[in-house]
This record gives sequence, structure tokens and C-alpha cells, in this order.
Amino acid sequence: MITLNCEEVRREISNYLDDDMSPRMRRLLEAHLEQCRNCAVLLDSTHNVLVLLADEQRFELPAGFSFRVRQMLAKEFEKKQNGD
Amino acid sequence: MRMQNTLVKESENDRVLERERELITEIMAGNHERYYELIAPIERRVYYTAYAILRTEADAEEVSQEAILKAFRGLRTFRGEARFSSWLLSIVGNEARMRLRKRREVSLELLKSPDNEDEYTPIELAEWREIPVEALAQKELAARLEEALAALPEIYREVLTLRDIDELNIAETSAALEISVPAVKTRLSRARLMVRDYFISRSWARHSAVGKAKP
Repeated sequence: MITLNCEEVRREISNYLDDDMSPRMRRLLEAHLEQCRNCAVLLDSTHNVLVLLADEQRFELPAGFSFRVRQMLAKEFEKKQNGD
Repeated sequence: MRMQNTLVKESENDRVLERERELITEIMAGNHERYYELIAPIERRVYYTAYAILRTEADAEEVSQEAILKAFRGLRTFRGEARFSSWLLSIVGNEARMRLRKRREVSLELLKSPDNEDEYTPIELAEWREIPVEALAQKELAARLEEALAALPEIYREVLTLRDIDELNIAETSAALEISVPAVKTRLSRARLMVRDYFISRSWARHSAVGKAKP
């Protein structure tokens, strides 16, 4: 059976996290992960860092952002109403 | 990510598309106020797309406003094949890059240089639990993440921010950055491994008791 080496696995980790690979590649990759602790840890830790990053609570919009967008648009709507 | 149910996502996507079409029709008919509803769900992604590229709050906000205005004025040209969000985000991406070019007066060649195809070798880690995440206070964790993100070279930070923080899909990321889908995937792969490494090495550096970083 064809197997993947660590380097090939590393290259595919991102696609694996996105569920963006062929079923065949997925099987090969998972077979490797079962055998290789290093790659399994690499996958887990990368996944965990990305989950932390994705936590939107940490990245808020600046205070008043939506309000200012609305103000700006209100002016534009007014112009449009009067203009054309 | 892997756990997402793609079928659910697709029907959700259809609903969003239909809703967008309705709103756009109304806006074009002169009911301008409905534009607020169209942009409200994507404001945050608009801002962070700009921020991912510009890295300053003031510029990111200005560019967000410009892009939102530009999209309103050009709504007629939006063909409704893609999602409105993808279209708006590609406008934001464009505006932000133009601003960056002006601000820095550097050629975009530098930013758009082809990816170095050399293999990226991540730090080896005996076990994930060696990273003292639990030991980090929430605030500190956020600071470490922000540091790790800031430490990434620009092309990697952009792609990572759009894809993993703003949660754009690959096609939307490709539109916002004006690079091909394969280029998005290559950069993203590198960016994800790098941010993991930066985060780990920073966490270790501050918790040397746990630190067993390999040279």
C-alpha cells in the first residue's frame, strides 16, 4: 500500500482541516496519523491554535463603527434623494 | 473546518443568497435604508478584511466606509451570481491594497511576490498539552495570539485573517486578495503552521518552567 511521509502529511494538514481533499488522500493521511505521533500532535496543535484564533470575542469592531457607517450612509441616501 | 456539515452550509447559503437578492431589488427600487440590512451581517468581515491588510484601526475603518459606499453606488453592477458579501469583500480588499500602496509607496511586487515553495518545517512538539494554554489568563492569551499574528509576514497574515478569523471561504479569500485558489491554499497552509509555531514559541518563552522547546 502506498503511504505518505511526514513531509507530505504536513503539506496536506491545512487541506485536511478544511475538509478539502479526496477520500483517497484522506485515508492515506489518517493512516499516517495513526502511526505517527509527531504528525498527530502537529495536526491537533494547529487545529487548537486556529480554534483560539477564530474566537471572535477577542476581535471586536472599534466602538461606534456601525454607528459611523450608518451616519455616512444616511448622508449618501439624503444626497441621492435630493440629487437623482 | 472538518466538523462543519457541508449540506447544512449549502442550504444556508441558498437562503442568504435569496435574502440578498430581495434586499438588493428593494434598494434599487429606492428603498435605500434597506442597505443597512444588507451590510449589517458582514460589517465585521469588511472591517477585518481591511484590517488584515492595513493593520491600523483608523485606516481600516476609513477603507471599510469607502468600500461600503462604493458598493452602494455600484450596486447596479453587481450581478448577483456570487454572494454580495464576496463582492463587497473583494472591493474592500482592493481599496485596502490601494491604500497600502499609497501609504508605503512600495511596489506591490514585494507583497505579491510568488510564494516561496520551500518546505516549511514546523516545530516539533511532544504533546499539545505541553503548551501552557490553561496557564494563560484570557487576556494574556489574546495578547499572545495577537503577537503571533503580528509576527507573520504580511502575505500570510492576510490570508490567515481572512480565512480563519473572518471565516471567509476559500473562494471569497481568493476574491478579496485577488490571488488564485491554489495560491490561497498554499499560503494558508504555510500561514497556519507558522502561526502555530509563533504562538507556541511565545507561550514557551513566557513560561520557561514548561519550556522544552527543541532547538
